[in-house]
Amino acid sequence: MRITCPTCGERTADEFVSAGSAEVRRPEGSDNPQDWVTYVYLRDNPAGQHREWFFHAAGCRTWLQVTRDTRTHAIVAVAEAALAKPDVAA
Amino acid sequence: MRYSALSLVKNALTGNRNWKPVWRDASPKEAYDVVIVGGGGHGLATAHYLAKEHGITNVGVLEKSTIGSGNVGRNTTIIRSNYLLPGNTAFYEWSMKLWEKLEQDINYNAMISQRGVLNLFHSDAQRDAFARRGNAMRMNGVDADLLDQDQVRAMAPYLDFETARFPVKGGLLQKRGGTVRHDAVAWGYARAADQRGVDICQNCEVTGIRVENGRVAGVETTKGFVRARKVALAAAGHSSRVAAMAGLRLPIESHVLQAFVSEGIKPLVHQVITFGAGHFYISQSDKGGLVFGGDIDGYNSYAQRGSLPLVEQVMEEGMALMPMLGRLRMLRSWGGVMDMSMDGSPIIDVTPIEGLYLNAGWCYGGFKATPASGWCFAHTIAQNQRHPLSAAFRLDRFASGHLIDEKGSGAMPNLH
Ligand SMILES: Cc1cc2nc3c(=O)[nH]c(=O)nc-3n(C[C@H](O)[C@H](O)[C@H](O)COP(=O)(O)OP(=O)(O)OC[C@H]3O[C@@H](n4cnc5c(N)ncnc54)[C@H](O)[C@@H]3O)c2cc1C
Ligand SMILES: [Zn+2]
Repeated sequence: MRITCPTCGERTADEFVSAGSAEVRRPEGSDNPQDWVTYVYLRDNPAGQHREWFFHAAGCRTWLQVTRDTRTHAIVAVAEAALAKPDVAA
Repeated sequence: MRYSALSLVKNALTGNRNWKPVWRDASPKEAYDVVIVGGGGHGLATAHYLAKEHGITNVGVLEKSTIGSGNVGRNTTIIRSNYLLPGNTAFYEWSMKLWEKLEQDINYNAMISQRGVLNLFHSDAQRDAFARRGNAMRMNGVDADLLDQDQVRAMAPYLDFETARFPVKGGLLQKRGGTVRHDAVAWGYARAADQRGVDICQNCEVTGIRVENGRVAGVETTKGFVRARKVALAAAGHSSRVAAMAGLRLPIESHVLQAFVSEGIKPLVHQVITFGAGHFYISQSDKGGLVFGGDIDGYNSYAQRGSLPLVEQVMEEGMALMPMLGRLRMLRSWGGVMDMSMDGSPIIDVTPIEGLYLNAGWCYGGFKATPASGWCFAHTIAQNQRHPLSAAFRLDRFASGHLIDEKGSGAMPNLH
């Protein structure tokens, strides 16, 4: 698996730290415990396209949002986390 | 046919031409009392104990591929019951007890080998942690021995004791731990369940779960609709997919774990040995190959294959522990898709949907659990309530805060 970092170009996956699903959104301001359980623990876990956080630890140290197909490991899109659209999150 | 020494001799003398298939390759009936989704170790063990312990034999096990093609046939076959936390200790010890009498129970040779599981430690702090684990085990009636360096050296002189960055200082040994031939577990449970009337339906994928008025009504499959009073999910690695068919979202991610086998050599590694300074474990199969593995790849995957950086990492850890490994050729590697749960522990429970039961979240350690998982899940399905031994493995523990996190790594499935 190779990830094309916007700054560094195509790099092998072991330069990156996988930091989990980018499909979840923090229920900012909610006082409903169930919202927090959903956020912390429940996942769609799709077989198909999945957005994830990756950190380019052995490179430019940018946080990235990577869209990847979990059935094939094919990378569909890479964006800097700061520029990734948060509003598409579930 | 019952296997015995006599049946072996008779069939040998007749050229092994008269062996019968071990189980019927059934087509799904229109309706069952219980449908089990997934013909892996856990699904098949559940079918066996449903039939044997609860007298429920109108059961169909629906497997999308062939039985044994999932994780039950992909794991590194290690069994142990060296758990620390309440909720785990008694459950895994019961599993060990069931392993110890499994072959007689199902009349099938599963090559259960209690060769010992030795967890190495490499520092004073780690020794203290292992001593604590060993004490917890002994207080719960599980066997555990703390070994010093000389005792480990006597068992495995080929380890790198002094010069490695992480010198081997000793180990925690569970003598009753060991290995089991994994395929035989699938086949043996399948045969035992089949003999009591359970249908094992291969190449029958469940594509939907029909729920009527909050109650399960049956499953849609690639071979048509199958009506069922109860539906039990045991689809390890694909639990999120099948649970979603009933509208459930699980605290699980699917991840890939790889395993490796070397060319065959003469007997060398007589126990299961784990490296405490990283994540590496090794044993030797009866054919002579060294079987080993390490960490999961670390990202969501349904691909059933891993990537090369992890191969390199596992080899590096192996070399750090056992430099002579570098002289061996690696024959094969493969991957399996597993449910990684949010606290690293499994789920055996009823669900909010009446008649729907869940067995999931076994991470990379569910093979050793196969007998107890089947035992407790069968009870849960038959009695519609949790078994005392698996009572902690409830689905709502994530909301109530009663997590069972042996490793203490939090809600990061790729770190467990
Ligand atoms: C490389 C590797 C090494 C491991 N090593 C160990 C070890 O040493 N010790 C240990 O204790 N554990 C180990 N494990 C973990 C262990 O293998 C699993 O936790 C355990 O096998 C899971 O339960 P199972 O046997 O029922 O799974 P599986 O055999 O995977 O059974 C699930 C079945 O469900 C079927 N299925 C899925 N979806 C559907 C559907 N929609 N319809 C019908 N059928 C479906 C699948 O085809 C599969 O056959 C390892 C795992 C891997 C991958
Ligand atoms: Zn970069």
